[in-house]
Amino acid sequence: MRRVALLSLLFVFLGCAARAASLPVDAGSPAPDFTRPDFEGRPVTLSAYRGEVVLLDFWASWCAPCLEEMPELIDLQKRNAGKLQIIGVSMDDRLDAAKSVTRRFAINYPLVMGDAKLGGLYGGVLGLPEIFLIGRDGQVLKVWRGVINPGDLAAAVKAAL
Amino acid sequence: MTRFGLVAIVLGVLMAPAAGRAESATTIPQSALIEPADLAAAIGAGKAPVILQVGFRTLYDQSHIPDAIYAGPTSNDEGIEALRKQAKALPKDKPLVIYCGCCPWTKCPNVASAWKELSAEGFSQLRVLYLENNFGADWVDKGYPATHGS
Repeated sequence: MRRVALLSLLFVFLGCAARAASLPVDAGSPAPDFTRPDFEGRPVTLSAYRGEVVLLDFWASWCAPCLEEMPELIDLQKRNAGKLQIIGVSMDDRLDAAKSVTRRFAINYPLVMGDAKLGGLYGGVLGLPEIFLIGRDGQVLKVWRGVINPGDLAAAVKAAL
Repeated sequence: MTRFGLVAIVLGVLMAPAAGRAESATTIPQSALIEPADLAAAIGAGKAPVILQVGFRTLYDQSHIPDAIYAGPTSNDEGIEALRKQAKALPKDKPLVIYCGCCPWTKCPNVASAWKELSAEGFSQLRVLYLENNFGADWVDKGYPATHGS
């Protein structure tokens, strides 16, 4: 019994140690700032959109649910231009794989390449999809980890605008 | 055979490798799955099997099971070939666990093709780690052992 308890404690400790490299980013946390080049090489800085509501969408070409959400994101950006800014962060290992998606969808918001460092900055993006809703003041309002129920995103964005 | 039929067959053969190997993880039999708690218990008891991560580099670098070997995604022919080469160095009669955890289980593009390939190669004690949502939610957030880095 004592051994099981010790083992459980050890797991929790190791789990915390694995997350230690990245502080959790949840509702109420300030959204960590970053600058990354978009797919055409133009710099995209998160804090440049302060004053607008931002949806930070971590996605990848291999993530089927991410691709299923893209039409909704495109529509949201179109309907809320000037008030909402979506930024797509591809967690693909290769730029060409990420770029292949732009041939399938008419994406109307900037796309940048992510990596382990950027994922770590956001508390560890250890599965996709993952979306952060960021308020006008740069604070995270809501985080979705995993598949999003249709309509949830639009409702949360509407409430934030 | 008509000329059209012949052209269709040739095109089909040419296109097949490019079509990718992504199959649904639901094709993996239940008996081949291992639950996260069971693998974590084996690791805790010092009986860790050889573990291969068949997912993406950006995810592996952020967090992976200690001592898990990065094998890479297996949703295309290039990935399967890399897995085949890596598997040559592994004993076929010892416990081997593969995992991905990039996406929800039913949407994972990697584990089914990796399981199929390694089964065909004759790995007799092959299991697939069942991660219902993703590696973060079903492994790291449960407090099971994880480390980061390349």
